[in-house]
Amino acid sequence: MTAHSLHPETWVDRYADYLYNYTITRLGDEELAKDLVQETFIAGLESAPKFKGNAAERTWLTAILKRKIIDQYRKANSKKGKAEVRMNFSENADRDEDWLEAMAADPDSIRENDSIENVELGLAIQDCIAGLPEKQARVFEMKTMLGMETEDICKELDISPSNLWVIVHRARSALMSCLNDNWFR
Amino acid sequence: MMISCEKAADFCNKKQYNEATWVQRMQLSFHLMICKACSGFSSKNTKLTELCSKATFHALPEAEKKKMKARLQEAGSN
Repeated sequence: MTAHSLHPETWVDRYADYLYNYTITRLGDEELAKDLVQETFIAGLESAPKFKGNAAERTWLTAILKRKIIDQYRKANSKKGKAEVRMNFSENADRDEDWLEAMAADPDSIRENDSIENVELGLAIQDCIAGLPEKQARVFEMKTMLGMETEDICKELDISPSNLWVIVHRARSALMSCLNDNWFR
Repeated sequence: MMISCEKAADFCNKKQYNEATWVQRMQLSFHLMICKACSGFSSKNTKLTELCSKATFHALPEAEKKKMKARLQEAGSN
């Protein structure tokens, strides 16, 4: 196995979105997630000399982030954290009459878990994309997530359209076999 | 006229991004009627498109990323 090395200058572009999504699924707070990702990068940089190279960069950063998330839970469960009053009324709370109704679960809803599941799905996809060769990952993201035009991608990456479609084909085939069969049921 | 499996896969990929022409789509559907392997590929491919559009991605805004990069650089130069 080849030893891994760190390239902090590429961290934000390559891992920020992944780590951000990872945190949101666990804490459900975008502001907090942003801060934790930032802290993770800084902490990673500080402990870079201790990096032994036996894990991939992202795995290593995720491990740091995981500890920060756990700390966050601890803080929230400490005495001081418990003493804080956290109320989260829906956005229309000031329209006084119906906030209680708005907060009640809809018993007929079959979509209750959808948003959680979709973030998890997003993570699963990103996980698989991270396993692709860099060029395939880049092209796939530009085409699929950013919805860029073929022509624009070709210009930006200086490749021909047929070249692009070959790359897309490889990326899609790899993703199909990487994504757990559960998602394809 | 029958198209090859390679062509079928190509058209199928283009179809995922609405970039297959009408003729290509027709040729593809004829091919899929008689080719089991390609129908398997095609339905998985379509499902992948569906999954990608259904997935929730929270992308960090570019401005935030710029800020992060700046702070990371700052921390690195100390």
